[in-house]
Amino acid sequence: MTFTLPPGLALQKVDERIMTLNVGPQHPGSGHMRIIVQIDGDYIVACDPDPGYVHRGEEKMAEYRNYITNIPHLERPVIHDSCNVLYPYVLGAEELLGIEVPERAKYVRVIASELNRCIYIMYWLAIYGIFLGHSTMFMWPAGDRELLIDLMEKMTGARVTHAHFVPGGVRNDLPPNFEDVCLRQVNYFEKRIKEYAAVFYDNPILISRTQDTGVLSREDAIRYGTTGSVLRASGVDYDLRVKEPYDVYDELDVHTNVMKEGDSYARSRIPWLDMIESCNIIRQALQKMPKSGSVRVKLKPNPKTKGLESVYKRVESGRGSLGCYIVSDAKTEPYRVKLSVPSFRNLIALPNLLRGEKLGNMPSVYWSLNYWPVEADR
Amino acid sequence: MSVIAPNFKLSEFIKSLLDNVFWIILILVLIGLPAVFMILFVIELPVIDGELLTPFLALTWMADPSRILPVVQAFMATDIFRVMAFPGFGFAALLAAATIFVERKMLAKLQLRVGPFYCGKFEGILQLMGDGLKLISKEIIIPAKADKPIFWAAPVLFVATAAAFVAFIPVAPGWVVADVEMGLLGVFAVIGFFPIITILSAWSANSKFPFIGGIRALFQMVSFEIPLILSLLGAVMLTGSLNLSEIAASQSSFPWIVFLPIGAIVFFITMLAELERIPFDLPEAESEIVAGWLTELSGMMYGLVQLGTYLKLYAFAGLFVVIFLGGWNGPMVVPPFPEELLTKGIEMGPIVAGPFPGLPLFDQEMLNGALWFVLKTVAVIFFILLPRGVFPRIRVDMLLNLGWTKLIGLAFVNIFIALGLLYAGVLGPGGLQ
Repeated sequence: MTFTLPPGLALQKVDERIMTLNVGPQHPGSGHMRIIVQIDGDYIVACDPDPGYVHRGEEKMAEYRNYITNIPHLERPVIHDSCNVLYPYVLGAEELLGIEVPERAKYVRVIASELNRCIYIMYWLAIYGIFLGHSTMFMWPAGDRELLIDLMEKMTGARVTHAHFVPGGVRNDLPPNFEDVCLRQVNYFEKRIKEYAAVFYDNPILISRTQDTGVLSREDAIRYGTTGSVLRASGVDYDLRVKEPYDVYDELDVHTNVMKEGDSYARSRIPWLDMIESCNIIRQALQKMPKSGSVRVKLKPNPKTKGLESVYKRVESGRGSLGCYIVSDAKTEPYRVKLSVPSFRNLIALPNLLRGEKLGNMPSVYWSLNYWPVEADR
Repeated sequence: MSVIAPNFKLSEFIKSLLDNVFWIILILVLIGLPAVFMILFVIELPVIDGELLTPFLALTWMADPSRILPVVQAFMATDIFRVMAFPGFGFAALLAAATIFVERKMLAKLQLRVGPFYCGKFEGILQLMGDGLKLISKEIIIPAKADKPIFWAAPVLFVATAAAFVAFIPVAPGWVVADVEMGLLGVFAVIGFFPIITILSAWSANSKFPFIGGIRALFQMVSFEIPLILSLLGAVMLTGSLNLSEIAASQSSFPWIVFLPIGAIVFFITMLAELERIPFDLPEAESEIVAGWLTELSGMMYGLVQLGTYLKLYAFAGLFVVIFLGGWNGPMVVPPFPEELLTKGIEMGPIVAGPFPGLPLFDQEMLNGALWFVLKTVAVIFFILLPRGVFPRIRVDMLLNLGWTKLIGLAFVNIFIALGLLYAGVLGPGGLQ
């Protein structure tokens, strides 16, 4: 039986040996996205990531809400990293509205941001563990994350979606005795994550499985525009907290972790080192923070910007540099809000990393890119 | 008050009770009694303790429970008891169920969580029963273009093969379902069926992920069967027999693991791979291929495969114990049977229970052997479960590399050690044992 195709369409010629796998969106190893993988035996010949399943129109929504009511919904793309997702927007809004933030609020923001970075990386690490079939590494980070979530709950009143940063500072002052509790919890947390090396990072099976897989060279990492832990794992010393310090990061001693290998193992180890570095930053910030003072500049209801102007601010989030471009036209609502998210930029490298790899390497390479599907779709 | 049964009337309740009694008596008289007489006329019943075993004796057993002992003994001597209950399926299924529960609790403790907790009053002890009920009550969904007869048959065949494997394992002296001369060869033959069943199930589902999982399982099982067989040959050489009972009996002074540690290690690793356990659970790698060859199985079909997997786990642990850890051999810890139970009975104040001439049901040797076998098997199962909390999954190429080069080489080293021990005269005739 023959049939004629409509003009302009042609059947795709597929080799008999090639099998097309739809990994996702309903697959335990994909997240809220689809990776169309073509395999020849055990080797991946082509890979086509297909995000977009959780697009929520956050940027369009931001055009209908004023500068304050934009806060709770703009942190939805990555609720585990909600402080860092909100950070560039708040910095931009402050510049547009012409607000000077109190010194204490800047330190509180740094502490909240670093705690949130650890919370995000723990969640990421838990999923990385279960992707590699290591169920203990799924449960331990998910449990130890609670330490920091409790701290954030004391600080902001919410466990996951804090909505704590506002233009003009932070929403509330720290609760009494917070510094001591925070120091104790963070010290214990650091001791605990250093134990992960014994069961996960120094595990010979893990090393032999992830080393030399999905190698992203230094040049390719820069060319694809990857950022954050992916870029640093490829040997590029790039951390916005050091290169473009915002708030009080220039007063703190921030060490950038860089590895030269550029393989899955390096990409999974850098976030873990970042967590230890975050603990150092939190300790420094707790020491240098002014002990008292205002944490918020009170704004008028429905604050207006001065005129047609735009601002671009970016911060180092748990996944990499996260930028926010705000255009204002002298109204209470922004004219345009554009998020430049690290997840999408890191995903661009995926097809090139997976080509020629074995199917068994797909989860480890995919998740080592520090990719969060909801953020890429926003 | 009458919320539970608003239309309750005592007269109707009594009437329904009387109705039930009437129907029970009617059915018993019209069907039950003729059936009993048919049995008595047609079937030749055994004579136990000087008495013909008739169904009417059941009424006397109610008066004196100790009279049931000869019947139990007669039943225990039959093959059906061995197959269904003690060294066979029932015993293995019980241990397998305990293994599932212990695995979940142990893994939970390792991962700083609680594990099954709410089902049953104590520590979620009834969780497994709940899971089984859930699996039974679930709908079985079959893919549209599946090869239905093979797809249906595969889980049943899997359990049957696993149960056949269990039949070879001797638990105590004389207590084994299939005591065959070529026992070890039989074990290899039965293990050889698993890849065939796996690939049939995977292929008949007509789905991509089961197919990839089936291919992986085939790779894994076939490439690890060779080191599995080679690693056991050392013990066979030292014993000079393929009969598993004889291999176990030959280790009365020391277990073979003392002389063949390399073989034991190789066998343990191949065992993990044959059982598809972490770090060798590639056929079920969930982040890559959903659930591997189990993806399309649903409801009790999945439950059957799980049952078969854990039966297989028990059988492999038992094989390890029989060949390397000395089987049932161990110091005598079970106290001897009190003789006065046979002659005098138990005196409880004015009442004397007994004497019980039917006792003991199991002799002391058998109880001791079974105890040591179970203890050793549980220890081996513990070490099989442990890697799940510690290791990630490995990759296919690493697995094949391990199986075809390192393990086979080590298995040959093990064989040469055994040969050396034999020719040096350390073991064998004139040696230690």
